[in-house]
Amino acid sequence: MSLRLVIQNATQTLVDHLEELTALDQAIGDGDHGLNMKRGAQAIQAKLADMEGTSLNESLKTMGKTCVAMIGGSSGPVFGTLLMTLGKELPENPTHQDFALALRASIEALTKLGKAEVGQKTLIDVLDPVQKVLAQDSPNLIARVRQCAFDSSLATANMDAARGRSSFLGDRAKGHVDPGSRSMALIISSICDTLTKA
Amino acid sequence: MNHADTMLAESLDGFAAAHADIVLLATDREFVRRKRNKPGKVALISGGGAGHEPLHAGFVGHGMLDAACPGQIFTSPTPNQMMNAAQSVDGGAGVLFIVKNYSGDMMNFQMAAEMLDQENAVVIVNDDVAVEDSTYTTGRRGVAGTLIVEKILGAAAERGDNLQQLKILGDAVNKATASMGVALTSCTVPAAGKPTFQISMNEMEVGVGIHGEPGRRRVALGSADSIAEELTSAVKKDLGLKADQEVILLVNGFGGTPMLELYLMVNATRKVLAKSGVTVARYLTGSYVTSLEMAGCSITATVASPEFLSLWDAPVHTAALRWGM
Repeated sequence: MSLRLVIQNATQTLVDHLEELTALDQAIGDGDHGLNMKRGAQAIQAKLADMEGTSLNESLKTMGKTCVAMIGGSSGPVFGTLLMTLGKELPENPTHQDFALALRASIEALTKLGKAEVGQKTLIDVLDPVQKVLAQDSPNLIARVRQCAFDSSLATANMDAARGRSSFLGDRAKGHVDPGSRSMALIISSICDTLTKA
Repeated sequence: MNHADTMLAESLDGFAAAHADIVLLATDREFVRRKRNKPGKVALISGGGAGHEPLHAGFVGHGMLDAACPGQIFTSPTPNQMMNAAQSVDGGAGVLFIVKNYSGDMMNFQMAAEMLDQENAVVIVNDDVAVEDSTYTTGRRGVAGTLIVEKILGAAAERGDNLQQLKILGDAVNKATASMGVALTSCTVPAAGKPTFQISMNEMEVGVGIHGEPGRRRVALGSADSIAEELTSAVKKDLGLKADQEVILLVNGFGGTPMLELYLMVNATRKVLAKSGVTVARYLTGSYVTSLEMAGCSITATVASPEFLSLWDAPVHTAALRWGM
């Protein structure tokens, strides 16, 4: 399994889901989320050759900086901070426990950046439960992470938006899945799929 | 348009050509800057997603902004754009960022402010009264009142106010400013290719944001007088406007509303204000803070102190706003 393949697949799934992400954001936001994710994904794909042979940490930092420099909107700082923090916190040859610790640090960085907490209909509502699953020693870990990401994303539909642009909608945001959560779930699912097939 | 992908770039090139006497477009179209720097002056930089033209690039020039960073349509620009703009227009007296209160804008400007070497400060504009501020929300949006903040701060920077004075003044203007809007049609983000929201001919969206993001209520289309009454009441209540107070009144079109209708709204709003004894000291009417081709308008009032009025009247020479010189 190559890191390059994981990144290629995880970014491509965002490009492939452009229309779904756009529709989700049009329902409760301003409709730019799908395009922003596509722009970031393609910018990362354009750097794949540069990242060849570099460590996981360096690749994560490169991807994070690319997100910040190329996306804009909320997604640039949010996905950029997530990736850069993972790149900073992960040790060499990380275990699933190391991933859990680095993800916890990333969630804290995102909370500081966007002032969002668990339960406020943002991608943190996917990252937080996934982090908790990662922290456990359990069989079928990859399958459980994948399922958790998927379920957590769907669960944002029942939350009131308190952060991000959908917060301006009040009750009308209810019943709609948060687009950022959906993107996060798509990325995590894709990583799990690639790891499983390898 | 030609292509959705090149729309912003082509529009910026056209803007730079049409206003070459006032502005320069930076390499890679990262920002629009004032042609000549004024040494010793605090640099004012704003920015935001495209689709709100003439905001912000149309307000770059003497007496207003030093640079504006355009993002993709309805998408905040990146920290890299803001930092490069700051380096380009720095006059040695620090940089003041003027930011509309949207999550994306806030995060990108915050990252830029943290990474920037120059002394800097941020004025956050959150004039939209349609959504209430609370500890549970991101807070009120920054909308058409941004123009008034940028004009008054621009004049103050031009007369030589320092960074700290400008930050205090900017916060004060924002606090004295309130807006509320109504949409009669949706807008269409070119790359998405379909309307952002569905609305029928006989409905309106009260409290709409400047990205066509739904407001609070969908109601039956009302008369101009009833719309003016509702929008003005919300603004009046927020500002606590009382008899004998003076305001700067901005009736702003969202991009798809003719001047004929905007002036009609000016008249309707003026009557509502007059009923409670509030005088309009200065008027500004036009499509300045738009949502692509959305039909509708917003009403903005700023409680006018003598200082605000004198700064409002000060000379300005930009693509979209010019008087006094």
